[in-house]
Amino acid sequence: MSLKGKDIVSIRDLSKEEIELIHKKAEEMEPYAKGEKPCKLMEGKILGTLFFEPSTRTRLSFTSAMQRLGGNVMGFEGVNVTSVAKGESLTDTIKTVERYCDLIVIRHPMEGAARLAANVSTKPVINGGDGGNQHPTQTLLDLYTIKKMKGKIKGLNVTLLGDLKYARTMRSLATALAMFDANLTLVSPKGLEMSKDILGEIEKNFNIKPRQIYDIETGVKDADVIYICRIQKERFEDKFEAEKIQKAFRITPEVLKSCKEEVAILHPLPKVTEIDPRVDDMRCAKYFDQTFYGVPIRMAIIGLVSGVIK
Amino acid sequence: MSEELKVKKIKDGTVIDHIKAGKGKKVLDILGVENGFPNVTALLMNVPSKRVGKKDIVKIENKTLKKDEVDKIALVAPHATWNVIKDFKVINKSKIELPDTLEGVIKCPNPKCVTNMNEPVNSKFKVEEKEPVKLRCMYCERLFDLEDLI
Repeated sequence: MSLKGKDIVSIRDLSKEEIELIHKKAEEMEPYAKGEKPCKLMEGKILGTLFFEPSTRTRLSFTSAMQRLGGNVMGFEGVNVTSVAKGESLTDTIKTVERYCDLIVIRHPMEGAARLAANVSTKPVINGGDGGNQHPTQTLLDLYTIKKMKGKIKGLNVTLLGDLKYARTMRSLATALAMFDANLTLVSPKGLEMSKDILGEIEKNFNIKPRQIYDIETGVKDADVIYICRIQKERFEDKFEAEKIQKAFRITPEVLKSCKEEVAILHPLPKVTEIDPRVDDMRCAKYFDQTFYGVPIRMAIIGLVSGVIK
Repeated sequence: MSEELKVKKIKDGTVIDHIKAGKGKKVLDILGVENGFPNVTALLMNVPSKRVGKKDIVKIENKTLKKDEVDKIALVAPHATWNVIKDFKVINKSKIELPDTLEGVIKCPNPKCVTNMNEPVNSKFKVEEKEPVKLRCMYCERLFDLEDLI
């Protein structure tokens, strides 16, 4: 199996075996990701980072990953300083940038932008998030983190908590966890449940039926892993109601009393109020470790699609 | 075409037969038949059919179908038949079938889809289910029912 030349646009494009290969290579990359060993696998190569909208973790971890591999990075964040501000199409931007670099990471507010870029580019394209659609490297690092924390994914009780309707992270993660035979519990406010399309796809492809719960205590009780994401106030017309819901779906030390002792809490970050700051120092808080795993995962992806890691 | 239908045979043009009863109007919409449409057009509704019970038939004079029109008709009238008429005779008869992918046929209903930006790209859908129709946009990856699309 080789991922050389492959675009990483959607988690739907990856087989279980390909995901396992990326995880295996990420594990091998960890000492390099920590800077414990030097690495020159991507020496002389350039990664183009095209961030048409702001990002902290994704952009910086891709930059770190490429530099840890000994390569260089060029790119932009925001469109004000680029030809896009003059009305250039994405297609033309890609056709230009691919001539300056060896592979491309793109983040774009329009859904399907990474697929378009991949179709246009002769160089591998990695999706760093396309609107509300996909963010495959986040999903790959989320799965990897769970595997690192728990030693396996199969049979684990994973609770996805928060806005399951709009958060792209949750939708791709649910599909990927089902692929790896996790038991899924979905906890969300009414109206922000995971879409029927995703649930139908999970059931059809993996024969898994996640359970839907509307109160946090019940939803987290048996969890080995709780993956929480932000519920945005903008989703609700009534701001008072929004605040009430945000409070009701918040992880606090009190909520954690009803959880398993070894539960791991993950979050794609940035977090705002959905996790009580007192939780940050508790043993179960794994979200900052999770952000680190973004580096070896992205090193593995860069190396595999470039063909320098086999 | 049997005599009892009381609709004259057309000399040259297209007959779309075996349209599921009630969908004939949709086929006319797809072909842009509305006030001001220049060609002679007939829509026969609820015609008794041995095969499907009741069917609709559309006849349009001096009209040939383009591939994207056939693909679009397949969305609303799978299993319909498409007859090309020349000099009152059927010179070609084929089944209208929904292909596995539809390119440039319909617009993606998702306003945030990149295919709705000013990019030189056609919409592209994968047919995930044929009956009832479910299409997934191959760009934004959203799944749509027929009602969302036409």
